Amino acid sequence: MRRLELGGWAVIALVLCGLAIPWFLWGSATVVAGLPLWLWWHIGWMGLASIVFWLFTKRAWGIGIETDATDSSEDHRSTPPSRSANGGEQP
Amino acid sequence: MSLTLQLGIIVGYLLLALAVGLVAYRLTDRTAEDFYLASRTFGTIVLLFTTFATLLSAFTFFAGPNIAYQQGPEWILVMGLMDGLIFAILWYVIGYKQWLLGRAYGYVTLGEMLGDRFASRRLRGLVAGVSLLWLFPYVMLQQVGAGTALQALTDGAVPYAVGAGLITAFMILYVVIAGMRGIAWTDTLQGVFMLITTWVALLWVLAAVGGPTAATSTLADTDATATFLSLGSAYYTPQWMLSTAITIGFGVAMFPQVNQRFFAAGSKTVFKRSFALWPILCVLLFVPSFMLGVWARGLEVTIPAGDNVLPAVLAEYTPIWFAALVIAGAMAAMMSSSDSMLLSGSSYFTRDLYRPFIDQQLAARREDMLARVGVVIFATAAFAASLWNPATLFELGDAAFSGFAQLALPVLVALYWRRTTRAGITAGIAVSQAFYLSSLFLAVVPAAYLGWTSGIVGMGLGLVVTVVVSLLTSPAADERRAIYFDGLSAD
Repeated sequence: MRRLELGGWAVIALVLCGLAIPWFLWGSATVVAGLPLWLWWHIGWMGLASIVFWLFTKRAWGIGIETDATDSSEDHRSTPPSRSANGGEQP
Repeated sequence: MSLTLQLGIIVGYLLLALAVGLVAYRLTDRTAEDFYLASRTFGTIVLLFTTFATLLSAFTFFAGPNIAYQQGPEWILVMGLMDGLIFAILWYVIGYKQWLLGRAYGYVTLGEMLGDRFASRRLRGLVAGVSLLWLFPYVMLQQVGAGTALQALTDGAVPYAVGAGLITAFMILYVVIAGMRGIAWTDTLQGVFMLITTWVALLWVLAAVGGPTAATSTLADTDATATFLSLGSAYYTPQWMLSTAITIGFGVAMFPQVNQRFFAAGSKTVFKRSFALWPILCVLLFVPSFMLGVWARGLEVTIPAGDNVLPAVLAEYTPIWFAALVIAGAMAAMMSSSDSMLLSGSSYFTRDLYRPFIDQQLAARREDMLARVGVVIFATAAFAASLWNPATLFELGDAAFSGFAQLALPVLVALYWRRTTRAGITAGIAVSQAFYLSSLFLAVVPAAYLGWTSGIVGMGLGLVVTVVVSLLTSPAADERRAIYFDGLSAD
């Protein structure tokens, strides 16, 4: 399950980067309250990114990086599933 | 009046920085680890703002608003993506892993971390050598900038060589005394100061011109800027925006003074908090600072040739003392970025070149001494080069971010893929560097590929070469393949 979760976060990261520039507003010059609409999108999006990052630190921090100390076999490539919420305390 | 005021503020700032440095010096252990990394003790605010100030200071105040003035506000999107998101994600993916490894094995530099894993002194030297190749001219550019700014500020009363020399001397004094701890503290002061003054400046200018709607509507009135507000232009193409954001975002993470800060965090919590706050902090600084540049264009603020936009806007709309304060702060920020670069440059030199290749038996106490000597040599050499200012170095400094970006993907592969071999990563780094350098200096290697820059093409090349060569070779017997993977935990 840990692998699936890692994949999920990777997709979220890609989406966050992919839409920081609102491509769907390309060529638009709509101005709202003194700033272009696409700039408002960007400001909101960065706020959203902060919230997502914060959630990541609460739920998944350590994923893909912290490992269980018992995993030492050379050919064992995947990280063993870890039970603790923040990615495996040292036993 | 303005000159005395500005010089007074700059000198006052330098004295304040020196006082901070002296306090830091009193708290310092005489070890290289303390000098370079403040013994890995930074808290959230200090880590956040020292990275922030090191990364963004001079650029946000000078070059960024200039680009926005010339080309339009899309620059905010490029910077937001590059620094607020890509760099933040690397903060976790590269930074957090480096921090864990640094704590477990005592690494101080990137080259040391890679050299240990791949049991290769040459790789360590290569990473340090490549980094210094890009860092040295970049430091030189800062000195050129500072010398030119002082000369302009004093109407030539302080000639370029004297100005650049004075600033170099101060930087050496400061870095040698203060070390990483002092630098980080002054960075923190500066980061907070910049954030506050940018917002005050924004509010001041907007109050004077009647609010953002009025300021923005002036853009539509002029032919040259009529298309400023529509997203995209001949300059801001999707390929260019993405190339720039990706190469600089990755390049930043490999810049020695930024990369080394990954090792300096005090705890996991510090990492987490800084990570979550990063996008907000970026947007809080970029939007006001670059919009000032954009609005200056619509308001037809005249910019003397070769001058920066922000000082001209401030001079037009805010009281003279405030403009002086901001400019002095920005100049000081420029110096503090150079301070951090000097310190990192010296650490790459002493730890990854001097110690492994010249004197392997170096004692800790002597290394601390040598680190400070390294600062003096590095700064003096960069100053000498800045007097001569050769075109080649200028071009290298200008391309430094993309140059550093070439390192990022081979390093990432090594950090996350066990099959990476010594030959693989060495080839990946060597080939991508060779490619990118040729694209800068050889006419036969183009600088753009269907709108994508050679910087991003080189990154892809480095990735492919690292993976393919790793697959084709078997690891050397003494490589420590497990150390990046096993038993990594924060507690």
